[in-house]
Amino acid sequence: MKNRIEKILQNRELNLGFLIFILLIIVTIRAPKFLELSNVERIVNDTAILIMVASGQLLVILTGGIDLSVGSTIAFSGMAASMMNQYYPGIPVYLVLLSGILIGTALGAFNGVCVAFGKIPPVITTLGTMSIFRGLTFVMSKGQWVTAHEMTESFMNIPKGRFFLIPNLTAWAILICIIMFYFIRYTRHGREIYAIGGNKTAAHFVGVSEKKVNFMVFTILGALCGLAGVMWTARYAAAVNETAAGFELQTVAACVLGGVSMAGGAGALTGVIMGSLFLGIINNALPVVNLSPFYQMAIQGFVVLTAIVANVLMEQRNEKQLLNRRRQ
Amino acid sequence: MNERLQHVSQDRLINETNIREILIEMVTKWEFILILLFLGVIIFFSNASPYFLDYFNMMNTTFNFMEKAIMALPMIFAIMCGDIDISIASTLALSSFGMGLASSMGAGTPEIVIIGLSIGIVAGVFNGLLVTGLKIPAIAVTLGSQSLFRGISQAFLEDKAFTKYPESFGYFGQGYVGDSLIPFELVLFLVLAVIMGFLLHKTAYGRKVYAIGNSSTAARFSGVSVNRIRFTNLVLNGLFAGIAAVLLTSRIGSTRPNIAVGWDMEAITLVVLGGVSIIGGKGNIFGVIIAVFLLGYLKFGMGLLNFSAKSMIITTGFLLIAAVLIPEMLNTVKAKRKLRKQQG
Repeated sequence: MKNRIEKILQNRELNLGFLIFILLIIVTIRAPKFLELSNVERIVNDTAILIMVASGQLLVILTGGIDLSVGSTIAFSGMAASMMNQYYPGIPVYLVLLSGILIGTALGAFNGVCVAFGKIPPVITTLGTMSIFRGLTFVMSKGQWVTAHEMTESFMNIPKGRFFLIPNLTAWAILICIIMFYFIRYTRHGREIYAIGGNKTAAHFVGVSEKKVNFMVFTILGALCGLAGVMWTARYAAAVNETAAGFELQTVAACVLGGVSMAGGAGALTGVIMGSLFLGIINNALPVVNLSPFYQMAIQGFVVLTAIVANVLMEQRNEKQLLNRRRQ
Repeated sequence: MNERLQHVSQDRLINETNIREILIEMVTKWEFILILLFLGVIIFFSNASPYFLDYFNMMNTTFNFMEKAIMALPMIFAIMCGDIDISIASTLALSSFGMGLASSMGAGTPEIVIIGLSIGIVAGVFNGLLVTGLKIPAIAVTLGSQSLFRGISQAFLEDKAFTKYPESFGYFGQGYVGDSLIPFELVLFLVLAVIMGFLLHKTAYGRKVYAIGNSSTAARFSGVSVNRIRFTNLVLNGLFAGIAAVLLTSRIGSTRPNIAVGWDMEAITLVVLGGVSIIGGKGNIFGVIIAVFLLGYLKFGMGLLNFSAKSMIITTGFLLIAAVLIPEMLNTVKAKRKLRKQQG
């Protein structure tokens, strides 16, 4: 019994879930409307894009890398898709969506080539492509926006409708999560990501190709960014050049909150989903509890830091306990 | 007789290949490529625009990039040790906020400067304690403090701005040294670069930084207090962000919460472009100094030719990737040559 309780206490996802629960209680006491079904649905829908992209960022961080070009990739593919919709309204929407995803994939693959074959550290590569992709977005659009009345109705409806009872955007996020969950847990390539992140040399000796894995994770993340880009522009009915600026740090923060180790090799998808939801709740709760939006950034920073520190302290405690048990 | 001649000629052959190899070594060095690039930029733009090669213009445009350059100096140390600080621009914002607050409460120039620098140091200590005390990767810590620091100044400033500073405070960011046309910021940067260069290349501290960069574990086993040095690096980053805050606040004469957004990335770009390897143990201060002026004058020249700001961003991005890719490729070629020679 005692062991079981200890195990529950050590489970990071459960801890985060508990934290979310407390947060929800505090917010609901101040504003009972917060927990109404429609509001919960809205929060999840607001967080859906973050969940999709953060699950891709998880793969990159698992290998020990980081992708800072996420926001720019979203902006570029979103802009490309909406311009396609603007100039060729006749093209069916699913083709626009598909090409958005393909463009994102191509950008991600470029990152992947630089990291895997050019041997450029991920931070440097994506710091560079962050500027390049953002700059190319401006060049492509000539600084113009694509606004709601220039988009077709069906394009803007991509994230809007409902799949059975679930809002489309949320349904997409759930679909991605299921695929990712299966991919990470039960496929060989998914396990190889953990192997590379855990111990590169050991992974090399059992025949895991680091190049292949690095290329793969960046490409997958690129594809997810492409999807997110289309969703983003369609949802807000505007393709702006500054779309998703700073979003990369949100995705990394969601991973870190979810207990993913920045050194690579450790982390779970459930944690990342919880971390994203946690950020989403904070962002949505501030206006509800009448806190000025100017506080949002500080609170987010504070929460992220607290979560990281709590995470590390807990880990160190666990290690000590393990050590003690071994000594006995 | 014949034999001896053969020996001599062989010796000469060896000497010649040595010289050739040394030459190849020098030409393939990243600093050399940087200098070439720099000269290329100067020659190209002085031909393209009559306003480029003007003493007054060339001096004055340094105002635009000296603050970032100053923040890049301690970043060399952090990056060499495998750390990174992406919170320096936010530290700058927080420090600028503190100075604005002090100024609005009637503080004089010396007090304002002291407050600005101390906020930078405190921010650096905060990062350093979390990174070395709790063993959290620097990128995770500074990711959090990036929002925290800027968030604090945003929470207090909201949509307002501090715009009242004493007149003498304006000297740091706008003044010239004596009667010359040399900006104070430029001189300060050069002085700081000399100090940091001395620290990096001529002191035990610098040697230890290189040691940590090559192998943190090996450094620890040979008695280097790795954590203390990494801590000091992060504090230095905070302090220099404070210095940059003084200069920038003085130059633009106001504090807004969005001051210097994205400058942490620009400072890191300068360091990486300067040939400092993020994997550690490689790089020197000269490369970074050349990179500072290369990028600064490139932007100046492109501005003169009416290039849009966006094409500059793209160029910077490509340069960043090229900065790592080209030496990597040259090294591969070199290694292949050596292999072929050994086999042959």
